[in-house]
Amino acid sequence: MKAFAHLLDTLGNTQSRNRKTALLARYFRDTPDPDRGYALAALTDGLPPKLIGRLPLRRMLGDLTSRFIDPVLYKLSRDYVGDTAETVALLWPDTSVARANTDPTLNDVIMAMREGTTGERSEALGRLLDGLDTSGRWALLKLLGGAPRVGVSARLAKTALAEAFGQDVSDVEELWHALEVPYTDLFAWLEGRGPKPDPGSKPVFRPVMLAHPIEDEDWPKLSADDFTAEWKWDGIRVQIAAAGGDVRVFSRQGDDVSAAFPEIRSAFLPYDCVADGELLVLRSGDIAPFNDLQQRLNRKVVTAKMLRDYPAHVRLYDLLFEEDQDLRALPFANRRARLEAWHAKHRPPLTDLSALVPFASFEALRAIWSATRDDGIEGLMLKRRDSSYQAGRVKGQWFKWKRAALTLDCVLMYAQRGSGKRSSFYSDYTFGVWRDNDGGGVELVPVGKAYSGFTDDELRLLDKWVRANTMETFGPVRAVTPGLVLEVAFDAVQTSTRHKSGVAMRFPRIHRIRWDKPAAEADTLATVKALIG
Amino acid sequence: MITRAPVETWLYPADAGLFCAPGNFYIDPHRAVDRAIITHGHSDHARSGHGAVLATTETVAIMKVRYGENCAGAFQALALGEATTINGVVVRLEPAGHILGSAQVVLDFGGQRAVVSGDYKRAADPTCQGFEVVPCDVFVTEATFALPVFRHEPARGEVAKLLASMAAEPERTHLIGAYGLGKCQRMIRVIRDAGYDKPIYLHGAVLELTRLYQSLGVELGDVRPVAGEDPKDMVGGIVMCPPSALGDRWSRRFNDPVTAFASGWMRVRGRARQRGVELPLVVSDHVDWPELIATIGETNAAEVWVTHGRDDALVHYLATLGRKARALALVGRDEEAE
Repeated sequence: MKAFAHLLDTLGNTQSRNRKTALLARYFRDTPDPDRGYALAALTDGLPPKLIGRLPLRRMLGDLTSRFIDPVLYKLSRDYVGDTAETVALLWPDTSVARANTDPTLNDVIMAMREGTTGERSEALGRLLDGLDTSGRWALLKLLGGAPRVGVSARLAKTALAEAFGQDVSDVEELWHALEVPYTDLFAWLEGRGPKPDPGSKPVFRPVMLAHPIEDEDWPKLSADDFTAEWKWDGIRVQIAAAGGDVRVFSRQGDDVSAAFPEIRSAFLPYDCVADGELLVLRSGDIAPFNDLQQRLNRKVVTAKMLRDYPAHVRLYDLLFEEDQDLRALPFANRRARLEAWHAKHRPPLTDLSALVPFASFEALRAIWSATRDDGIEGLMLKRRDSSYQAGRVKGQWFKWKRAALTLDCVLMYAQRGSGKRSSFYSDYTFGVWRDNDGGGVELVPVGKAYSGFTDDELRLLDKWVRANTMETFGPVRAVTPGLVLEVAFDAVQTSTRHKSGVAMRFPRIHRIRWDKPAAEADTLATVKALIG
Repeated sequence: MITRAPVETWLYPADAGLFCAPGNFYIDPHRAVDRAIITHGHSDHARSGHGAVLATTETVAIMKVRYGENCAGAFQALALGEATTINGVVVRLEPAGHILGSAQVVLDFGGQRAVVSGDYKRAADPTCQGFEVVPCDVFVTEATFALPVFRHEPARGEVAKLLASMAAEPERTHLIGAYGLGKCQRMIRVIRDAGYDKPIYLHGAVLELTRLYQSLGVELGDVRPVAGEDPKDMVGGIVMCPPSALGDRWSRRFNDPVTAFASGWMRVRGRARQRGVELPLVVSDHVDWPELIATIGETNAAEVWVTHGRDDALVHYLATLGRKARALALVGRDEEAE
């Protein structure tokens, strides 16, 4: 428990991704089975209920703490700390057992917690807490309760795991959803002591193939005959894996988002396949704003109302597996033919195919590309006809050709300190545009926030400008005099109820700093609203 | 026969702060007054512009460094343990253990005794005299860390953490944010006691008070200003600075430093995260919850007055123990600066 507690403590205070990866890799190398597997579970998907059963942790802690602390003091403490596990860890008396400094393994903990009545397990938890110091108690409760929030994504944990043993992260990802906690077979394989675990008939994630943004210098090297084009949809990339009566919906990073999309799971239930497509909210054939799709994301349960109000749909563009056939080595053109045939045969509900966009030359395609401003379309995808399906961003195979960004001249309003290496810089910028106010004058109203698109040198200049032009300071935020115009690039404008201006930008970034332009000449809210798709 | 005068009839919060009526003086007033007794040199207790100030020699020296030689009309230094009488009120200063020169003000009047403890702690601190329990009728206390979640770790354990981090990251400078008066010098001293004898570098804002501590006899070893030295020489070493400097432009001179913050608030993860520090060190110059409760018990006070901080939790808890307690809610106290 000590090593695990120390790991969580250091991860929580480390900002750098590289340093976090190194800390995790060292822990995975140095810690024996099954503890490292339990730690991995705690950092990714949590301990599965079948391992320790349903644990009414909150109730158990309520019962245990009531023995030594007055409820009012508990509540004041809980309100201050903001997290039950941490409150209990801090409040728990340091017993003589704790001072004796016991160090149970994570396995000891799970063994002690997995059996017995709630009352017995509650007592077991109390004894475990008695034996640990503050940081150990916190780690224990995070192990059991999940969500340690130490700034480690599942993807980062998998990357560290692969790095620790010199393996490819896509191999780990591909196996991931077929593995079981505490992952002893995975570690055996990583350490070269055992065979590569076989996913068998379980639906698992296959690392996705990604596209490069196309650059001007790419065009002369490409021949139109080698490529197919299709629309780039404004949804989220998903992979649907169906096998043996189970269906999983995975995000591009391999996170299992199935729970949020039960209707998509049902649609694929009869099949055995792995398909690649775009998840959209579709109403009478029209793609709803990305905002609507966001309502459906990151949910553990969905209500009937959500299913009705935000109907999900998958627009398919690739087929990776059909039955037990791995199609990934085939050229894209062949996979596309297989996808079309498969879809024509089965017609699964809530799906359609992403149509190919025919073109005679890149010139002709450019005309189509620049003329298209339809909702739900972000641009075009170019896929090499002979491209096999490979993990990651493979050079020269797939390109994304986003339609030209929109730009607006906005006025810097607030600047906030960054984090990590940027903590001494004001690097997050909120900017606004002019609108008429009730008094017959004009005022600035915020329309977005950006923290990228500038160089390190420009950041230094921006930081200096912010410090020299501060009107007011609120903690890490400074309000500045309206005097600096930022040319902001973004992909689209949407209506928003969350912002005072009633609009929100998608993917705003700083395009240019207009040191030369007077703030009064920046754009107006009316101009922004005219861009709403 | 002496009539007993209940303490609240002669000691009470007035506009400028806690006022002793028969003595006609304030204790730690938050604005300039004619006569003030100052418990210690922190700026939310010691302010400039008073007509006359009574304090320990060290506190007087600290005030002069911070605000200038003429920051009060007159100074009277009183040694710890010594008494003086002001208009029939017997005034004595006893050590509070908070920072160098910090004192509790013991007031005897009309057969009753009040102890105004200022800020205080019970944990060991090699830079100042330890807290003395003074039995009294009314104990006036702070409540900065008055929640049971606050239990401060021994400072030497936290310094061990610092030294372990330095060993693990020998290529990086350790930048320690610490309150410039008291905490900074205590950290240096505890680091010295742990056997670290290389130079410790100081931000300009903590330089003068650190020199004052040395001149008042606190051994801090080789301390040098950052200014004028090459930051490369500090790689692998320790730099002390005020907490605000950690995220300031000043810190950019150090290449990728480990930022540490020494404060009692660091016990709560959310607070450490808010500060964005890599190495939180739980070192406090205030009493934690168990010390606070124990101290109140030891004073045997019939009544407890709470000046500032988490008075809700403390007053509630003392009531459950059957002890009379009330919140004074004095203004002008800065609890964050710790």
